[in-house]
Amino acid sequence: MDTVALMIPGDKAKVVKLSGKVNLRKKLLDMGIVSGAVIEMIRHAPLGDPIQIKIKGYHLSLRKTEASHILIKSLR
Amino acid sequence: MKKKRLLDARSRVELTLSAIEGGKGRMRKLTDMGLIPGEKIRKLESSQSGPVILLVKGAKIAIGRGMADKIIVEEKIIKKTITIALVGNPNSGKTSIFNNLTGTRQHVGNYPGVTVEKKEGLARYGDYTIRVIDLPGTYSLTAYSLDEVVARNFILEAKPDLIVDVVDSTNLERNLYFATQLMELEVPLVFAFNMSDIAKAAGQHINEEAFSRLVGIKITQTVGIKNKGTTQLLKSIVETYQQKEQAKKISINYGKEIEDELSKLLNCLKAREPLIKQYPLRWFAIKLLEDDKDIIDFVKTEAGTEEILKQSALSRGHIMSIFADDPETIIADRRYGFINGMLHEVVTHTAESHLKASDMIDRVVVNRIAGIPIFLGVMWLMFKCIFILSEKPMEWIERAQAAMGAFVSGFLPEGSFIQGLIVDGIIGGVGSVLVFVPIIFMLFFCMSILEDSGYMARIAFIVDKFMHKIGLHGRSFIPMLLGFGCNVPAIMATRVIESKKDRLTTILINPFMSCGAKLPIYTLLIGVFFSKHASGNVLFSLYLLGFVTAVIMAKMLRKFIFTGESAPFVMELPPYRLPTLRGLFTHMWERGWLYIKKAGTVILLGCILIWTLSALPIHAQGDLSKSYIARIGKFIEPVIKPLGFDWKIGTALIAGVVAKEIVVGTLGVLYGAGEDKNEHSLNLRNALREDKYPDGRKVFSPLIAYALMVFVLLYIPCLSAAAVIRKESGSWGWMFFSISYSTLLAWIAAFIVYQGGRLLGF
Repeated sequence: MDTVALMIPGDKAKVVKLSGKVNLRKKLLDMGIVSGAVIEMIRHAPLGDPIQIKIKGYHLSLRKTEASHILIKSLR
Repeated sequence: MKKKRLLDARSRVELTLSAIEGGKGRMRKLTDMGLIPGEKIRKLESSQSGPVILLVKGAKIAIGRGMADKIIVEEKIIKKTITIALVGNPNSGKTSIFNNLTGTRQHVGNYPGVTVEKKEGLARYGDYTIRVIDLPGTYSLTAYSLDEVVARNFILEAKPDLIVDVVDSTNLERNLYFATQLMELEVPLVFAFNMSDIAKAAGQHINEEAFSRLVGIKITQTVGIKNKGTTQLLKSIVETYQQKEQAKKISINYGKEIEDELSKLLNCLKAREPLIKQYPLRWFAIKLLEDDKDIIDFVKTEAGTEEILKQSALSRGHIMSIFADDPETIIADRRYGFINGMLHEVVTHTAESHLKASDMIDRVVVNRIAGIPIFLGVMWLMFKCIFILSEKPMEWIERAQAAMGAFVSGFLPEGSFIQGLIVDGIIGGVGSVLVFVPIIFMLFFCMSILEDSGYMARIAFIVDKFMHKIGLHGRSFIPMLLGFGCNVPAIMATRVIESKKDRLTTILINPFMSCGAKLPIYTLLIGVFFSKHASGNVLFSLYLLGFVTAVIMAKMLRKFIFTGESAPFVMELPPYRLPTLRGLFTHMWERGWLYIKKAGTVILLGCILIWTLSALPIHAQGDLSKSYIARIGKFIEPVIKPLGFDWKIGTALIAGVVAKEIVVGTLGVLYGAGEDKNEHSLNLRNALREDKYPDGRKVFSPLIAYALMVFVLLYIPCLSAAAVIRKESGSWGWMFFSISYSTLLAWIAAFIVYQGGRLLGF
């Protein structure tokens, strides 16, 4: 399945499931990354990592390794 | 009881009518309205002009201002105190709400045992004194970060009368997620919907009444930075407090499957109620289902709780088998579902996002090509601001200190111990505390600009890849950079790092970033022992060595001491906002003052101690080479001999603990360079070059000079830095650890340089 780490700027996708350690999962849930939420990929940082995404009307940054734990379904 | 004229009396508090000035006519007129001495009355909202509205025997009456000036009343001294906790997401404008509520009546301290800052202030409304505790801004109340633990424990253990949740109106969904967790704590709650102006401008309309009805919580719309809605918020607080018994409890329905498991857990818990009576039961059950580690640990420590643990494992397993996902995910989903349903009913949008302007700025500022140059420019500007703008004030402080010293010494016997103690020890010590004040105030001013504008998060975003490679967080960058100027502000700047491990690592490696005070020592030694064309390379090699050591130590500390996973880099990029001057100055003042208070005392004591050691015993009569400090220098000579250092260098190094630049001054005194003892002094340069051991061997060589510079670079953080390490890490332990491991490291490095150099024939 696709993950947020693979999105390219401008892509939109729906969150399907979170994987990874509890610590990370809880943090992601707290920040509003729940199943069904729509994520828009905004950009990569100048050095390529981390990435900036838009979720629930605000901007969030996370490292690619963390983003790869957010499984998505593309909305294209 | 205080007697006052009714016109001047405070409104909304109980007043007792005591006398009426003037003739019988006025007296009669007022008594006809029920205004009889001894009567309890209340003044309602008063304005600057127009009649005064009074509440007498439950009826409202209006009297002219002239009349009100003739009525004497007794005002009851405030008697009721409410304690409220101010909570909210980071970037919700909580600080400005706190400042609006409490004005200047604030107190900054620390929570016991942790370095999280605790701010407290007083607000007044009517008869009530409201103690406002500002809790750290958090996104959630799980127990994963220190801030969250502090906030949660305060609410659960200190049991405030009421919680005020500051909600960013432009980001309701995520902010209300936090609110749903607060609702479960069963403490009366009031919402401050902050930044309501921005939300309105973006076409968002909230039906407050419908909202309040749905959740049973009062809402006040506020604009923190413009101080709007503050009185209304206070009113909501007091009203909610007064009605707390009749407040209806709203709890989120998590759906049949989860509610079934919750009630099983509740049954289990009820049997053990005394054990958990300090916690709200339903909340406790939810936490068990969410596998909250603090709560599970708490249950495990109690005897006879196997039943509870068994049931919670069973319930978790059951939910997982139904949903193929863990309970905490389902619970979070349901909370967001609840919020969405609610927002759908009470919020209407007529325009698109408020983020347009912010998105435009981001497009430039974190651009792939322009992002890094802009970032470097901002860093350069900040470095300049902090170190150049504070130069003059620092000079003034030094001059004032010198003038003060000269003035005071006139009253004291010339050359006496007491004169030295007061002038050099105490006034000098106070001077070395104050001399950092301008730089620290400038630092916090600049940091506040970066933080309040939203750019700080972008810095972390830009440099994180690089910082992550060396085992740190994007937010560790600024402290590392500032370390090249001065470690004191740099260590204080680590406060922006949320994870405790990352923060301590950054603090402990910071002294290796070669600070400005080490430069005079380098200048002196390089000037004497190295040729002009080599000097640049030698100097650069030292800075590089410091940086490389910092990186290696960061890796080592991560590997051996602060083990375990690093905190996730999941960080909000808040919309850009224009910082307010008031906010900037408040931050600057609070932090700066804390430095003077906490670090100041340690630095002062240390200065006095070192001075005393260099001035005693009295019979040495000020001859430094016979003082205690020189004796210590001679005592440690065997230890530093393998590094090629003699006792004079040892003495200078000990004196340099106060501040690194003192090493040069002490060498100057020991080599008898007289008054002219700075790094450019010719006498001192020649003395260093010519100094010989009794057997005719020269004390210094380029190799020894280099070993000395390496030692100075790495050894003990100066006294001020050590004091700040203690304050920021919250423990003496880390300070002593920092002092000893860096000195050990310095010894090893200097040993390798000196002995290795000798083997290679230098």
